[in-house]
Amino acid sequence: MALRPKQKAKKRSAKEPADSVQRQVVAGYRAVAVGTQPNHLHRPYVSSIKRSPTRLLVRIPYTLSEITGPTFDPKLVSKADCDLTRQHKAAPLGERIVVSGRVLDEDNRPISNTLVEIWQANAAGRYQHEVDQHEAPLDPNFTGCGRAVTDSEGRYRFVTIRPGEYPWRNHHNAWRPAHIHFSIFGPAFATRLVTQMYFPGDPLLPFDPIFNCTADEKARRRLISVFDWDTTIPEHALGYRFDLILRGREATPMEK
Amino acid sequence: MRVRATTSQTVGPFFELGMQWLNCDNLAGEGVAGERVAIQGCVIDGDGVGVPDALVEVWQANAHGKYAHPEDRRDKPLEPGFRGYGRIPTDQRGAFRFATIKPGPVPGPRGKDRGKDKEQAPHLVISVFMRGLMRRLTTRMYFPGDALLATDPILKLVEPARRATLVAKIIGGGALEWNVVLQGTSETVFFDLGL
Repeated sequence: MALRPKQKAKKRSAKEPADSVQRQVVAGYRAVAVGTQPNHLHRPYVSSIKRSPTRLLVRIPYTLSEITGPTFDPKLVSKADCDLTRQHKAAPLGERIVVSGRVLDEDNRPISNTLVEIWQANAAGRYQHEVDQHEAPLDPNFTGCGRAVTDSEGRYRFVTIRPGEYPWRNHHNAWRPAHIHFSIFGPAFATRLVTQMYFPGDPLLPFDPIFNCTADEKARRRLISVFDWDTTIPEHALGYRFDLILRGREATPMEK
Repeated sequence: MRVRATTSQTVGPFFELGMQWLNCDNLAGEGVAGERVAIQGCVIDGDGVGVPDALVEVWQANAHGKYAHPEDRRDKPLEPGFRGYGRIPTDQRGAFRFATIKPGPVPGPRGKDRGKDKEQAPHLVISVFMRGLMRRLTTRMYFPGDALLATDPILKLVEPARRATLVAKIIGGGALEWNVVLQGTSETVFFDLGL
């Protein structure tokens, strides 16, 4: 992880006319805790070797460009978008599950009205994508993509099927643990997050170079969803909870 | 109780499945004010080969230097039909292209709207995602020939020899070219936002 020199707070020159310009307050986002995010280069994950930067990232202060970010009209997302089991004529094969949780910031504040996108393999471990030529059946009743907008409490909820594990060519006999990809925007360019949700008890987790990219064990464990009776629907679907935590905000700088 | 930010994971090779619906390579519809620009480039890996499965996301202000976001509280006009967001996957050769308008200048880190050395030169902020990348890369694209480049407070933090990686080049037909070079002597400058 890159060393991050503390930024010196610069004092505002007393000579500057205070009100000659319009002020725009810029409160940044706190740096993530050391070890809780993966390094770009992680040799066991072979694709990272030629695709990770070799130079130190350049630390920059926050500006309006990074504390703002795209917002989306909730109307872009329909109710059907969050039920991946009802996007076709018939039900997909596989074990139906409910995946739900909250999008929060590091201070436990809900992130409402933010877009959550997911994609995943089908129950046989095959993606509905031309690049995936894994010898497992496609399911004509399962596309494997969904989206939702969080409610005022930061909640989201998807109904889907449990994705299958699948082989990949990172190393001999490499298999990805079952996972669902998540993409979240949050309130700013700074909070954008793409991650993967895993399932409790998956025997492949200790062997997966992607899951194990992150040094901090607790951080890794937070990528594993929790089985949840409260969201389990009797006679219908098991519930898994997965909260997504976006970065916390710096205190707002004092106005002069 | 404070909780920790969720760990980033790679977008993987199949992101189009979940993300294609929001692809946008024409950010400014008809009637949106501003100088029209066509931008093209390649995402290039450490072997000098184009990355065919990368995703470029763009965020920018409008021609007045106003972001379509509630935290931009300055009294500047929004442009109906301009959100400032683009999402462009690379093609088989690793190339991406999009059309937009040149944004206006925006305030610097201290939030000033005007004043010497404080305003930022027009720029796009960029996220790059791809298989092999465990967390996104963030960078910027600046516009060639802009008078504010010389005083941009963010460019100043970059060693002079590497600044050119952040500035697009004018190519034939008035289009702009800007590449994302992941490794090597012309490696693009990527920023550390504390991610």
